[in-house]
Amino acid sequence: MCNLNETDDFRAATRAWLETNCPAEMRSPMKSDGDICWGGRNWKYSSDAQRLWLQRMAHRGWTVPTWPKEYGGGGLSRLEANVLAQEMAYLGCRPPLTNFGISMLGPTLFKFGTSEQKSEHLPKIARGEIRWCQGYSEPNSGSDLASLTTFAQDYGDHFIVNGQKIWTSYADQSDWIFCLVRTDKANKHNGISFVLCDMRTAGVSTKPIMLISGNSPFCETFFDNVRVEKNNLIGTLNAGWNVAKYLLTQERDMIGAMGEESAPPSVSQTAKAKVGLDPQNRLEDAQLRAQIAEFDLDEAAFRLTLERVGDMQRLEKAHAAMSSMLKYYGAELNKRRWELLMTCGGIDELEWESKKSQQGFVARSWLRSKGNSIEGGTSEVQLNVIAKRILELPGA
Amino acid sequence: MPLIFTEEQNMLRYSARDFMADKAPVSQLRQLRDTKDPIGFSKVVYQNFVDMGFTGVLVPEEFGGTGLGHVEAGIVMEQIGHHLTQSPFLASSIAAVTALLQAGTVAQQKTWLPGLASGAAIATIAIDEKSKHRPTQIALRATPTETGYTLNGAKTFVLNGHVADILIVAARRAGDAGDSEGITLFVLDARAQGVEIERTVMVDSQNAARITFKEVQVGIGAVLGPVDAGWKTLNAALDAARAAAAAELLGLADEVFDRTLKYLKERKQFGRLIGEFQALQHRAALIYCELEITRSLVIHAQQQLDASADEASRAVSMAKARAGRTATLAVQEAVQMHGGIGMTDELEIGFFMKRARVLNELFGDVNFHLDQLASQHGY
Repeated sequence: MCNLNETDDFRAATRAWLETNCPAEMRSPMKSDGDICWGGRNWKYSSDAQRLWLQRMAHRGWTVPTWPKEYGGGGLSRLEANVLAQEMAYLGCRPPLTNFGISMLGPTLFKFGTSEQKSEHLPKIARGEIRWCQGYSEPNSGSDLASLTTFAQDYGDHFIVNGQKIWTSYADQSDWIFCLVRTDKANKHNGISFVLCDMRTAGVSTKPIMLISGNSPFCETFFDNVRVEKNNLIGTLNAGWNVAKYLLTQERDMIGAMGEESAPPSVSQTAKAKVGLDPQNRLEDAQLRAQIAEFDLDEAAFRLTLERVGDMQRLEKAHAAMSSMLKYYGAELNKRRWELLMTCGGIDELEWESKKSQQGFVARSWLRSKGNSIEGGTSEVQLNVIAKRILELPGA
Repeated sequence: MPLIFTEEQNMLRYSARDFMADKAPVSQLRQLRDTKDPIGFSKVVYQNFVDMGFTGVLVPEEFGGTGLGHVEAGIVMEQIGHHLTQSPFLASSIAAVTALLQAGTVAQQKTWLPGLASGAAIATIAIDEKSKHRPTQIALRATPTETGYTLNGAKTFVLNGHVADILIVAARRAGDAGDSEGITLFVLDARAQGVEIERTVMVDSQNAARITFKEVQVGIGAVLGPVDAGWKTLNAALDAARAAAAAELLGLADEVFDRTLKYLKERKQFGRLIGEFQALQHRAALIYCELEITRSLVIHAQQQLDASADEASRAVSMAKARAGRTATLAVQEAVQMHGGIGMTDELEIGFFMKRARVLNELFGDVNFHLDQLASQHGY
């Protein structure tokens, strides 16, 4: 049990600090993904407020509240970090920094990195100085990720890497990449290593991929005789698959919890505004009303489940593969949300480039959401993981 | 509040589970059914419920209960769901007790609560009148007399009405069917003159009753809560019962899913365990997700009831709707995945399917509660 008085003191001090230090502009809801602060060498702040907010939070270590102070974190307990999150939510503070370094690589380095690797990379992640991207999938290795062929030839103190990655999120804007490479062609799962690579290294190039949404959040990343020093190998040689699996659970938690940062439009509010109510204050479209009620029910249930699994994790009572459930359900739910929002908006949301439709914001988000059940392990792969690891079904 | 059980609650869960597995398993329900038992449940088991403190779980200590709460009541209900244990626990210890706690005068509470906690008496609530749960449609008439009221009308689906000593009846004193105002609750002796009780054994072999009220005279002291403004108390009792039903649905869904998983790991066809087939694996994984997500709603609803939160009614509707949906999926898939043997009376899976059907209908089905949620959200 916690000391309630101490928690209350921490809460009051936190609120006071946030009220003083969070710029007003950073206390309005994010309207789209364009409002996210990713950081990195080439980051262009959308405003002074965004820059100031990141600097102040990073100075306190609150971009990564639970990381130890020596690695640029805030050194907060889980409980204190919860209080901080609650107070930020209460005041409507935006996340100061979003980065795959925080959500995916950081936890992995804590588990598998040497102290040199941690000291080198974690503080830069915490301060938003380096933006990371993930090089996992390849053109012929999607769901069957372990069949990857990007090859790292061992030259004693370094590797020379050749091959191609695909679906690398924001590779063209990232500074470093963490990726899986083949270091032994004779062993499938036990021939993979996890390495870090500076995107400025000679031979690394990227090419954005235009999606059905008209946007290009993903790239192809090419490695042409790229030199990677051995001190950038994470974990042991040929044991990268374990590192990858651990990191994937972090990613699944993140995708499962998606929609937390830039809040999507409310389906029921949109329906009321666009479809209208009958004299009994019911939506004019009875079928749509029933579908939205089901959606609202499932969304509330999912949010409570995120909370409950968090509670279980704190007591170490959660099955590690429960993240697959959250990833699966969160992705499917988000797809339903955008289908319903398109239905609510009707003809209006079909306008691709008009000012009225905010350049097709809902339509583009709807199309983008279709990737939720593909990226980070497809829905089918998540169900396989649940069947095998939680339900212990045979031969899965 | 964390959405997980405390150590004490886990202890209660283990003891309820062990007790029911040992003394009140599904085979007991089969026996009660096959012998056409005159009351349809085991008095010994109900006495054990009393001895273990279950019947007083919501009754304050001053009236002989343990004064725990809805989370604890739900823990017992969940184990009832696992073992399909027969008893008047839901009707008497949860629904009726909640109504008396919510609106009873001190005198009424003193009169009724100790007996309900000690098992000396069984109470139930009489609400529904037609084939679907529509509490605003209550039409059973309460007509004022010089000394009290006369009740005329009929109730159906009164849980354990055939063994009840005490009836809590929702009647209409004013207004018309469809109004939430004008409803008054009464608490009366089930043996009062003019009360006719017909036992109705349901599809799940559990018991309810159809009760007719012909010129039943009750005194002023029988009024439970404010005249014409019984809606709030009625909903408090219903919400407690709905949360309990949700917990039982969750427990039974967990149980059939466990049994189905076990079968997937032992049944062979085409030379392989059927659990190796991805067509079944994915469906099993989906049921797992539905169960875990519904579990969060059920404990949330119970905690909200214990906190008397403004949001409690909405939380209960969510839990009841989703537990109904999840259990329906789990029992249907259980029969399908068991194949031919799933259709036999010999296998116990069918008992769970039947119970899920009844619990789904009890105090509002999935559609009823989804409609409530939409209305509460203003659409």
